[in-house]
Order: sequence, then C-alpha cells, then structure tokens
Amino acid sequence: MSGRDFLGLAWQSIWFHRQRSLLTVLGILIGIASVILLTSIGEGTRHYVLSEFTQFGTTLAAVNPGRIQTTGLPGALGITIHPLTLGDAEVLRRIPGVANVVPVVVGTAPIEHAGRTRNTFVYGVSAAVPEVWRMRVRGGRFLPEMDLRRGAPLAVIGPKVRRELFGEENCLGGHLRIAGQRFQVIGLMEPKGQFLGFDIDDSVYIPVMEAARMFNRDDLHEIDVLIANASLIDPVVKRIRSVLTERHGGEEDFTITTQTGMLDSLDRIIRIVSLAVAGIGAISLLVGAIGILTMMWISVNERTSEIGLARALGATPRQILLLFLAEAAMLSGLGGMLGLATGMGLAQALRLYAPGLPVQTPLQFVLLALAVSLGVGLLSGLLPARRAARLDPVLALAAE
Amino acid sequence: MIELSGIERIYEVGASPVRALKGVNLTIHRGDYVSIMGPSGSGKSTLLHILGCLDRPTAGSYRLDGRETADLPEVELSRVRGHQIGFVFQFFHLVPRLTASRNIELPMVFAGVPVDERRERAGRALEVVGLTARADHRPDQLSGGEQQRVAIARAIVMDPSVLLADEPTGNLDSRSGGEIVQLIEGMNARGLTLIVVTHDPVIGGRARRWVRLADGNVVEDKVPDESPARPVGPLKAS
Repeated sequence: MSGRDFLGLAWQSIWFHRQRSLLTVLGILIGIASVILLTSIGEGTRHYVLSEFTQFGTTLAAVNPGRIQTTGLPGALGITIHPLTLGDAEVLRRIPGVANVVPVVVGTAPIEHAGRTRNTFVYGVSAAVPEVWRMRVRGGRFLPEMDLRRGAPLAVIGPKVRRELFGEENCLGGHLRIAGQRFQVIGLMEPKGQFLGFDIDDSVYIPVMEAARMFNRDDLHEIDVLIANASLIDPVVKRIRSVLTERHGGEEDFTITTQTGMLDSLDRIIRIVSLAVAGIGAISLLVGAIGILTMMWISVNERTSEIGLARALGATPRQILLLFLAEAAMLSGLGGMLGLATGMGLAQALRLYAPGLPVQTPLQFVLLALAVSLGVGLLSGLLPARRAARLDPVLALAAE
Repeated sequence: MIELSGIERIYEVGASPVRALKGVNLTIHRGDYVSIMGPSGSGKSTLLHILGCLDRPTAGSYRLDGRETADLPEVELSRVRGHQIGFVFQFFHLVPRLTASRNIELPMVFAGVPVDERRERAGRALEVVGLTARADHRPDQLSGGEQQRVAIARAIVMDPSVLLADEPTGNLDSRSGGEIVQLIEGMNARGLTLIVVTHDPVIGGRARRWVRLADGNVVEDKVPDESPARPVGPLKAS
C-alpha cells in the first residue's frame, strides 16, 4: 500500500465529513494562527529595537558618573561621586584598543537666526562624533580636531534645525546665536531620524568646552568610547574601569554601559516575552490536539464495522494504524496550514492598519508551525489509531 | 481445497467457557458448492469466521490450499484473507463515502496493486456483475441488489480460491436475492469454490452439498440424491 493510497483514503474520509473536519481543526487553526501572529509581532519588535540601538554601532561603551546600584547608606556615609572630566576623557583616549572618545556635555538652549528662535538640544562634543556615533556630515565639515580644553565659536547643525531656521537658504558659513553667543555654521548633518521617539536631527553640535561654559559646568555628562573591534570590548571595558577607579581615588563611582550588554539584555527580555506568548499558543495547540484526539476516537467507534471490513479484505493491523494516523496528521496539518495562512494574513492586515508596527514572520517559524501541527496530529492520532488496529476483526465486523 | 480437522472454538465468556465448535471435520474440494445451515447458536457463524481466517480455532487444524493457517501470524492471515478468500456479507459492507469502483479497488489497495492495474481489474469485475454503468455511484445511490453486486465484484476481484457468502440474500427482496444467487452460482459454475452460510432452507437447498450444524457439531453432511433444480427466476423468500 503506497503513501499516496494512505493519504488518498484519509483525504476521502476528511472530505466526506468536511464540516466536522473543519470544526475539528479549528483548535489547531486558532493555536497556530495566534502563535504565528504573536511571534510575528514579537519578532518584528525585536528587530525594530535592535536596529534602533545598533545604528550607533555595537562597539560603543558609555561612561556616566554615578553608580546605578545602591550601596551603603545615603548622606554622610555615602560615597563621594567624582565628576567625569576632560582629563578622564583624555586618559581613556590613550587606552590601547580605544579607537576614539567623545566627551559629552548636553543641554537645551535657544538658537537664533534671522529673527527666528528655536529651543533645541545643544551637544558639546569633540571632532570624533561622526566616527563614534556613526553619523555622517551632509555638507561642510564636522568640528575640527583641536585641544578639548579650548573652545571655538563653531557649530554643526542637524537637518531639522537647518530647515526651521534657515529654510531653503544656504546655512554653511552663516551665523547663529546659541544662548546669545555667536557661532559660525561649518557643517550640516545627514538626516538620521528618530531614536526611540527622540529626534536626532533636531540638534546642534559645538565644541565641548563651549558647551561647558554655556551651561556653566566643569564636568561631563558622559564619555562615549568607541572600541576598535568587538573582541576587545571586554578587556577594554575592564581597563577603563581600573583606570577610572584609580583616577577617582579608588572609588568606582561611574557606570560603564556597553552596547552589546544593553543589546543582550534587551534581546533577552524580548525573547522571554516571545517565549511566554508562544507558551500561550502552545496551550491552545494542546486544546486543539485534544479536539483531534476526541474526533478520531469517535471516528474509530463510528467506523468499527468498516475497520472489520478492511481486515476481512486483507488489511493488516499496521495498515489500519497508518490509515488513522494519516487521517489525524492530515487533519492537523490542514489546521496548521489554515492557521498559518490566517496568522500571516492577520499580521499583514495589521501592517496595513498600523504601518508603524513592525511585523515579521521568519521562515523558520513557518516551518516550525507546520512541523508542530503535524506532530500534534500524529501524537493525538496515536491512541485512536492503535485502538483501531487492535480491534478484533470478528467483533468489528459485527458492530453496527 | 479446504481441510478442517478437529476444529474447536471455545469462547471465554464470564466464568464458564462456551464451546461454539466441538471438533468439526470438513473437507471441501475446489469448485465445490456447499451450504452451511443451522439455527442461530449452532456455530455456523463461528465456522464461517474460521473458514475466512477472521478467527482462529482454539484447537484443530485448518489447511487452506495445502497450507496450515491455524498458527500463521496476523500479518500472514491478513494476506490470506486478501488473496485467497472473498467475503460477501448480509449487510453488503460497502464504504459509504467511496464509489462502487473505489469500493471494489479496496482489497487491491491493501494488497499493494498499482493504480492502473486496480482501475482495470475493478472495471472488469464491474462488468462481470453487470454494473459498469454504476461505476461512479456511491452506495447510497444504488439499490440493495446493486450494492450486493458491488460487494460480489469486490469479493472476486483478487481472484480468490473460495467465496464465503454469509446470508447473501438476507437483506434483499426475493427478486434481487434470486439474481444474486444466480450470479454467485454462475461464478461457481466457472470453478470458484462457493460456501453459503444461511439459515434459509430455500437458499441452502440449492447447494450441491449440504452441511448442517447443531450445537457446535456437524449433524448432517450430504450430497442430495438428485441435484436440485436450478430454476431461473425469483426465489421464494423464507
């Protein structure tokens, strides 16, 4: 008896009871559809978040003042927090394996040009920004290499600032006032869009010393360190930690955040959420499997005399077993395919309805869903099929 | 050739065993036409099941075409049923969702006959029973007599050495019953061994040899003196 014959007979039986078959596979259909839909959303979200973060590069480490963990008692007994200084930045720059550093002082200030004023973010940075933050200059040039402790009235603006203040007018070489001080525009950044809802294009970059003076600070908000390559991340971060701890009088009063560390934990969180979602789907699959089991059980009872007849016509117990298994697997495989189509259809519909929502169905999920539904069918068909195969032909024939 | 010797069949029902057959000896030659008669409970169904290899004797030997079947494994017994025995039942036992020709193909499906050959042989079997025009009808679109013809076509399609008919006319009116009997008698005339199990003396009386069972024993086994008339036409229902 060929595989085609088994599938043919199974299909004839499923088609003969098509309404009942459809109802039976509904459980599997809903299970697979929900798993596919939810994991599509989860996977899309994961990719979205990951690409948001990796746009700044994966070998970036940020040093911020203060510890995130709470240790000891607050107040008099708490540790002193040393500020991060330009000196720290210069020392970090010299650590082997560090490609470059960007000291950051940030604040908001009114920007003024030709009678128009806009409050926006002002970043005091160094010439290394395009390299470290992976940003590109569209016109002119970025801030020049110079002594970090010296200022210069030079500014690079984001495309949104340019649009709002300069309009179509050429901005390069023009002047603007930042918090009342006069700066010359020497560069225009490429649009970079939003980062987690924050508009990167709505910023102005000036030398770090100018920003420190403007915001009246002598310490840095952050030092961004670009590490030469991914394999050096761990040793370099270790070195940064020991150098800074030594410079800060033996206190580790700063926090180093690596992109990879952040990405890992984000990835982990999203995967756990996806897994939980898949678990819920698995429960509905289980319910679907019980549906098939019940249906097949009833089917074996209904067709007892047919099984007896098949035995009289020469069918072996093994053939009977395979016939019923084929029917169960086909039922749930059908449910799997319909569920897949439903889930992916819903995901696409969702994308049309909410274009911002990232939805993605990876191929391996599709294959896994089909494999799982076939497996579920075989498992739930096993018990009824074994019962069918073990029926005594004489008793089975006599059944009505 | 069928050789039964000392066939016993004991059922374990509750505490006391029931002896359905108590040592049956029977030899049936190729091409024979035998009726097995007896009241219900006489053991004729049990004998039929053993003859059809659907059931095994508790003791005794059953040789079919020279081969001992009593100790064959289940897979081999299935093969014997598929290849050497054709069954015709009182209630036709057609699969309701399959067309006449697909029903006839079933034993060939289980035997692994290739599709093309199946179609061809099913077509020929339908021709033999005169139902070529009904090939694509499902059982519920056929009359009782037609359904039994399909069942007969299915029984002979594997070219068995014996046709076992269990009350073949029991569920038919006398006209279709007569036609069915004529059909299988015609096959017997061309050399097929025919065993009819019935409680109907009119049907049973038509056989060349009468075997009567009572209480698990063969109580009569005779070839009637004069071959019974073979009237062509309707039989009287019992």
